[in-house]
Amino acid sequence: MVRHMKGETAEKVKVGTELVKKALPQMLKGGVIMDVVNADQAKIAEEAGAVAVMALERVPADIRADGGVARMSDPELITAIINAVSIPVMAKVRIGHFVEAQILQAIGVDCIDESEVLTPADEEFHIDKSKFVIPFVCGCRNLGEALRRIGEGAAMIRTKGEAGTGDVVEAVRHARAVLGEIRRLTTMRDEERMTYARQIGAPFELVVQVAETGKLPVVNFAAGGIATPADAALMMQIGVEGVFVGSGIFKSGNPSRRAEAIVKATTFYNEPEVLAQISRDLGEPMVGRSVRSLAEGQELASRGW
Amino acid sequence: MVSVGILALQGDFAEHRFMMEPLGAQVYLVKHGSQLASLDALIIPGGESTTIARLTSSAGDSLLEAVRMKASEGLPVYGTCMGAIFLAREIEGSSQGRLALMDIKVRRNAFGPQRFSREQMLNIPSLGSEPFPAIFIRGPVILNVWGNVEVLSAVEEGIVMARQDNLLVSAFHPELTGDSRVHRYFLEMVRQRKQMCAASRWAGDVEAGSRRH
Repeated sequence: MVRHMKGETAEKVKVGTELVKKALPQMLKGGVIMDVVNADQAKIAEEAGAVAVMALERVPADIRADGGVARMSDPELITAIINAVSIPVMAKVRIGHFVEAQILQAIGVDCIDESEVLTPADEEFHIDKSKFVIPFVCGCRNLGEALRRIGEGAAMIRTKGEAGTGDVVEAVRHARAVLGEIRRLTTMRDEERMTYARQIGAPFELVVQVAETGKLPVVNFAAGGIATPADAALMMQIGVEGVFVGSGIFKSGNPSRRAEAIVKATTFYNEPEVLAQISRDLGEPMVGRSVRSLAEGQELASRGW
Repeated sequence: MVSVGILALQGDFAEHRFMMEPLGAQVYLVKHGSQLASLDALIIPGGESTTIARLTSSAGDSLLEAVRMKASEGLPVYGTCMGAIFLAREIEGSSQGRLALMDIKVRRNAFGPQRFSREQMLNIPSLGSEPFPAIFIRGPVILNVWGNVEVLSAVEEGIVMARQDNLLVSAFHPELTGDSRVHRYFLEMVRQRKQMCAASRWAGDVEAGSRRH
C-alpha cells in the first residue's frame, strides 16, 4: 500500500515501500528493544539506551501468571508511551488479528509485533503484512517459519524463545536452528533447493535468496527468555543482530541498572572484560521459570506455524 | 589505500561497510577511542541517537574525546541520520550527549513516526544533475546553520545535507540504496585531506632538509 503525498514533490515522495519498511529494523541493529507497560517505564528504558520500546499492558511473565485471553493493549496507553519518548514505539497484536494491526498503524506506532505472547486470533492464517505501511516483526523457531513470515511481508524476524520465563534455552535453540539451516542451505547444490524449500515449507524464491546471500533478507533479533547481560551477549555471539528483553528488565530488582547493562552487553558482546565489569552488582534478576517445568500447553512458542 | 572507521556501537554500520569496501576503502569497525589513531576518516551510521548518547556517556569513556580531538585536527567525519544528530552543536528540545562539532541545529524525527518515513528523489548539485534516491527513516532535518556551513540539499521540511570543512552530514541513508555518489563524495574529501597532509609533510621535510644544508 504505497501512498503518495500531496505537495510540490508529490510524484517523488513514496511512503510505506518495502525498502522503507525494512530500513527501520536496520537502524535498530546492535540494540535492545524493551517491554514497557507505562510511560514512566518507557522513559527509564530510553534513558538506559533502549533503541525502541514495546508497549504492552502486561509483560509476558504476568500474562503467563494471570491466564485468560491476552489482547492488543489499550490505544490510550500506547499513545501515552509514544508521547513520552523519542525512540520508536512498537506494540503487539494477536496472530492473525489484522484489525488490531490497522488500529496500531492508525495511532502512529512505528512497528507491529504479530506475537505469540498474545492469544492467537486465527489458528490458520497470519496477517498479510504487505498491506501495511509500517513494518512488522514476527517470531520464528526455524528457517521455514522465518521465511513464511517474510513471505507474508514481515520486515523483521525474531526468535520466539519462551517469553516470560527468564530461561534463555529456547531463544538459543531457535537462533541456532535458523542460523544453522542458513549455513546448510548455502552449501547445497542448486538442484537441492526446491526439495529443501518444500521440506521446510518456505517460498522457493526466498530459499534461493538466502542460499545466495547467506543471510535472511531482513534483520534478525533474539527474543524470549533473555534476562541478563550475559544472555544478551550470548545471543549476539551466536549471531543475531540485536535483542528483545521482555519481563527481564522491569521484573528485576533494579530495572534501570539492568537495562543499561544489557544495552552495553549487546554492544560489547565479544569483549569479556567489559561484560565482566557491567555484570557486577545488578540486583536481583527476574525470578526465572525453567522451560522444562512448564506444563503441556503452557509454551507460547508453539502458537503460530 | 584509505582507512575508513565506522562507529559500530549500534545501528546500520554493516551497510556503510558494504558501500565503502567496493569503493576501495579499508574498513575498520570502531568501538573504542584508541582505534581512531591510524584512521583517515570516520563514518557515524544511522541508529538511535539516545542510545549512542548513553553508550558514550560513561565516566572515563575515551571515545567522545578521541573523536572530538581527531575531528578538530581535520579528520573527515561523515554522519548519516543519527550521525548527523550526534555531530550537531544543537538539538531542538534536548540536552542529550553529543559530539557538538558542527554549527547546525537539528530537529529529531522531523517527518513524524515511521508511517511518514519515505523515499524521495533529491537535488544535490554537488553530486551532479541526476537526482539522488534518498531514504529517510524517522529522520531529522537541520533547522538552521551558521559559521561556514555549506547547505548541499534541502526539502520542504528543512535542510537534509550539509558540509562544514571536514564534516559532512545527511539526514538520509545513502548506505541503503545502490547509489554510491555520497560515499564517493566523502572519499574524495578524505583523499584531498590525505594529499594535503602528505604535501605539508613533504614541505616540512624540504624545510628540514634545507636547514641541514
